[in-house]
Amino acid sequence: MTGIAVEGVSKRFGDYVALDDVSLQVPQGALTALLGPSGGGKSTLLRVIAGLETPDAGRVLISGEDATQTPARARGVGFVFQHYAAFKHMTVRDNVAFGLKIRKRPKDELARRVDELLELVHLEGFAERYPAQLSGGQRQRMALARALAVEPRVLLLDEPFGALDARVREELRAWLRRLHDEVHVTTVFVTHDQEEAMEVAEQIVVLNEGRIEQVGSPRDLYERPASQFVMSFVGPVAKLDEGLVRPHDLEIELEPVPGGREAIVERVSHLGFEVRLELALADGAPLSVQTTRARADELELEAGQIVWVRPGEAPRFATARAG
Amino acid sequence: MPRLALRGVALTYLGLLLALPVGLVFYRAFEKGLGPLWESITTPEAMHAFWLTLVMVAVAAPLNTLFGVLCALVLVRQDFRGKSILNASIDLPFAVSPVVIGLALILVYGRDGWVGGWLAENGVQVIFSPIGMVLATIFVSLPFVVREVVPVLREIGTEQEQAAATLGASPLQTFWRVTLPAIRWGVAYGVVLTTARALGEFGAVSVVSGKLSGRTETLTLRVEERFQGFDLTGAYSAAVVLALMALATLLVMNLLRPKEGV
Repeated sequence: MTGIAVEGVSKRFGDYVALDDVSLQVPQGALTALLGPSGGGKSTLLRVIAGLETPDAGRVLISGEDATQTPARARGVGFVFQHYAAFKHMTVRDNVAFGLKIRKRPKDELARRVDELLELVHLEGFAERYPAQLSGGQRQRMALARALAVEPRVLLLDEPFGALDARVREELRAWLRRLHDEVHVTTVFVTHDQEEAMEVAEQIVVLNEGRIEQVGSPRDLYERPASQFVMSFVGPVAKLDEGLVRPHDLEIELEPVPGGREAIVERVSHLGFEVRLELALADGAPLSVQTTRARADELELEAGQIVWVRPGEAPRFATARAG
Repeated sequence: MPRLALRGVALTYLGLLLALPVGLVFYRAFEKGLGPLWESITTPEAMHAFWLTLVMVAVAAPLNTLFGVLCALVLVRQDFRGKSILNASIDLPFAVSPVVIGLALILVYGRDGWVGGWLAENGVQVIFSPIGMVLATIFVSLPFVVREVVPVLREIGTEQEQAAATLGASPLQTFWRVTLPAIRWGVAYGVVLTTARALGEFGAVSVVSGKLSGRTETLTLRVEERFQGFDLTGAYSAAVVLALMALATLLVMNLLRPKEGV
């Protein structure tokens, strides 16, 4: 069953094409990431699904129903904004209760539900505080509880952790993952951080310049990227023979090997378990290589050394070289 | 000590231009004791002027609040041709002298005016009646709410309203539950300024009123009329009532103001 279907959606803002004939299926109950550089169209797509933007062409279906003409308030979506969009004049409790009050739920049911949600997002002790008295991470959890309160058919998060510092972001990612296992609502979140997408999502949609580059599992994207863009966006790349290869797929030898290229080590950086090498090939082209500390120690690598480097996997997307 | 000098200049300036004259008015009003003061406050003409002033405020402040909030919403949240013209014309009452505004109203609503002729045939007299004075008061106090609310609306942005929409709120529910509470301090300041201006307006109201004591005389007009007629106690007493009304407005404002920004 499809949770969300997007069919041929286009959207322009003046001359700028934000979405160009985008089609996408999001399975019911899945956790999907929209990944791409800023200006790639991912936030616009999310807002079109929510009904906060009207597409110039195309349709949006939620749980199989055409929602294109349905206003945002009737779509049954929960939306979480990057900057929380907290109702500043209301307490945490009133923020979370907002959707239920609009739906005129009985008082006792409302109070019970809000308590449940506050517990779910670990804000039990903060019900009577105002948003200004919360940290960024707490505000975002409140916003999430507020969105979940109305039992949305789909949960949409626009760069939900983008405004938070690295440690809190890490925590909330893991927490969102667990929450999704508990609540099982079809969830789509926007991010420009490939690591975040890889860690949290079951399915990743890569968007660039208003088009979908590839849809797949994190592993698919990493191991079988459909384009140069996807390959370089979802992980580090090194350029070899006019093609792209992952820096950890490059093997270093001290003796000449078949298929190996001679290179000089310019810099060795120890990053804990990983060691990063900056090499210069014989023609002067730079090449970065990732290897393990064990391997680097074994080879006793240091700057100025001559080594042979060989791709463990053939470089991808190589343009045919003239001659 | 430049700090002390700075403070001295500011305090002297305020003292000579504000505190001293206002203080003297109060002193003069109470000089002959409470009896004569009370007498001149409670004459039928003075009471009428007091009530007419309240009517001016009671009509102009709510109307300009309603219009001001609507207008601010249009200016901030919508884009259309001629928006900059609308934006500039809001400030017209600030830029144009009140006397000119009064004359303009006579041109339109006077017996020989465009609209006034038709209205007169139908038995409605605008100029030289309280209706014209209310129009003049509305005109001169129009920009305050708009100008106070526009920056606040800009600052709060649209995300809270969008959040309310995704939570199921209709545009009207969103306005009452989210937008209005968020801009309420801007609105309150605007209302106070509008009220103060409506209380104190002289020029425009003077031109359209005809200055009929006991009929079309507000407190400001009465101050001048008494002063010209050498009834100084009458002039000072009307001035004191006016000043007390303004102080009450400011006091209400301060009582409403939140202890800290929530």
